[in-house]
Amino acid sequence: MLGLKSPYLLITQENLPSIRGAAQVFGLTFTPGTWVESIQITKGAGSVINGYESISGQINAELVKPFTDKRFFLNTYGSLGGRLELNTHFNHKISEKWQTGLYIHGNYRGEKFDRNKDNFLDNPLTNQVNVMSRWQYLDAEKGWVSFINVRYMNDAKQTGEINFNPSLDKGGSDIWGGEIDTKRFDSSLKLGYVFPELPFQSFGFQFAYSNHEQDSYFGLKTYDIKHESIYSNLLFNSIIGDTRSKFTTGINFTYDTYDEFVNSINFSRNENSFGGFFEYAYDNLDNFSFTTGLRVDTHNLLGTFITPRVHLRYAPWEKAVFRGSVGQGRKSANVFAENQQLFASARQIDIQSSGGKIYGLDPEVAWNYGISYLQGFNLFDKKGDITFDFYRTHFQNQVVVDWENPQRISFYNLEGESYANSFQTEVNYFFNEYLNVRLAYKFYDIETDYNSGKLSKPLTPNHRFFANISYETKPVELIKQWKFDLTYNFIGDQRLPDTSSNPIEYQLEEYSNSYSLLNAQVTKVFSKKFEMYFGVENLTNFTQKNPILASDNPFGANFDSTIIYGPIFGRMFYSGLRFKID
Amino acid sequence: MFCLLLVGLSAEAQKKKKNFKVAIEVDGVCMMCKKRIEKAALNSKGVKFATWDVKTHLLSLIIDENKTDTKTIQKNVAAVGHDTKGIKAKDHVYNGINPCCKYRDKKVVDAHDDL
Repeated sequence: MLGLKSPYLLITQENLPSIRGAAQVFGLTFTPGTWVESIQITKGAGSVINGYESISGQINAELVKPFTDKRFFLNTYGSLGGRLELNTHFNHKISEKWQTGLYIHGNYRGEKFDRNKDNFLDNPLTNQVNVMSRWQYLDAEKGWVSFINVRYMNDAKQTGEINFNPSLDKGGSDIWGGEIDTKRFDSSLKLGYVFPELPFQSFGFQFAYSNHEQDSYFGLKTYDIKHESIYSNLLFNSIIGDTRSKFTTGINFTYDTYDEFVNSINFSRNENSFGGFFEYAYDNLDNFSFTTGLRVDTHNLLGTFITPRVHLRYAPWEKAVFRGSVGQGRKSANVFAENQQLFASARQIDIQSSGGKIYGLDPEVAWNYGISYLQGFNLFDKKGDITFDFYRTHFQNQVVVDWENPQRISFYNLEGESYANSFQTEVNYFFNEYLNVRLAYKFYDIETDYNSGKLSKPLTPNHRFFANISYETKPVELIKQWKFDLTYNFIGDQRLPDTSSNPIEYQLEEYSNSYSLLNAQVTKVFSKKFEMYFGVENLTNFTQKNPILASDNPFGANFDSTIIYGPIFGRMFYSGLRFKID
Repeated sequence: MFCLLLVGLSAEAQKKKKNFKVAIEVDGVCMMCKKRIEKAALNSKGVKFATWDVKTHLLSLIIDENKTDTKTIQKNVAAVGHDTKGIKAKDHVYNGINPCCKYRDKKVVDAHDDL
């Protein structure tokens, strides 16, 4: 988002910071799609309630809830890329006030593909089991609500040469391969109380514990990390005068232990923080609202600091909304966990310590500013809207990840300037109830002062274009229908990390070529209970040529699988079904 | 001593409540009406909380009795075009509200029932 990926985004699950630390690089990929009820995206500075870590935005995923989810849900999926997937939900009512849900996800890819004949798997082999149990309590009269969640996931991936057999070849230097085994346990408790006599006043308590353990090796390099995390907060919501003026205040506490070993070198550390926050929101119920928040935290490695954030919303005329936001965020950079792809290369790790407290480096601190303008319109009697937004992230300090020497990956504190500007425009148009069109254009300008000079961010296009058209046939008997969806993506040229010091056969161009991707899906709804879908990803079969440098000599000095700017696999058909009982 | 306590209690009972819960019936039909009614109520001094139910037409309020009373709120709601028992909105105000909100028109009301 805004040209800055996961580490600068705060990803929360039902407003609990969930994808942090060791799990960061996997983003939401460990959250099965069918478990997600809805996703809320906040661009730019987020709320102070969930902490100080978000820099470019927040993504919150609300999961399906036992009280509102289908009693039974089944989804199966199979692709010609060899991936099989199974999702089931069981929801059961225990009493008027208690409801429970059991959600099971499994995915498996056992078939080996090497379409580009580089002797390496095009996609990793995978095997995942993911189980979640949720308990929901609701007593509307007395004002109590509660959620209890327990989840366990076991994910195994295998990458590398097509003939790699872990039990024979692990630790050897004949056939290159790697395995990533991740076990994760999550549990959380949420408790909310709304004062029955004062519906605008409430208390909330949240507590979460997770244990994320990854054991992995890539050729002869090993990377093991165990991250245990405790997060807890207590908040109070009420009003000042009347409900046009609301506030939320509270405290929170986090405790993280990292047992981290890179090629057996110990990088273990503990982090803990304690903070308090106050957020005030005003809404004139007509055309103007604002939210402003401030938090103070004290952290054993980041020190004591203040985080301010402000949001404004103003609707000056009909169907128009202006928004503005300013805020600060900071985080400790988990240099290895966030850049794990570095292990699948011959690059040497180089941390240019400044004596800081996190891997010898300083915390990352940035300001984010943004404005947006949305205008709804009627064209030929049909509704549509157009949005323009501009965001700028300006780093005061950043842990620069420098891929510009092909023999090395360097991490160092920013000396000079680093910023990410993002401009986006989006048009939605509803031809009728059944036909929608969405177009979007994104422009990124991301520059950082590296040791070798100012450069744009590698493997990031300046220009992107997106188009989606969706069409549904008129439902027969209220439900039976066809749905069609077509998505086009244009990805502009991307700067590739410098490879000019490599032997000539392992040098790359300065820029990749731009390319386009086309995805299509058809869904047939047979009844309230049953539907099937069929689709294709990357219809035009675009692939990146030679995605791995020196794939012919993976134990040599020039092996590098980190320079990936496009799809490796090419066209892929898939099909699936959904079955649900209310 | 016992007498004193009783006197104290009865004085308490007559004291105006800071968080007094009350509901009044307000005529309207749609979500636009809801917004208009709630806004008028909340813009009245002493109203802390207001929510209007499209189905039951009940405007649930929490008010500070030291600062306002239901009659004042009824007047403020009528001033933006919505009738309550006893206080009707003036015709020229009613005529100014959005066509889809014309709750005195049976056709408009029936059209909303279909939804």
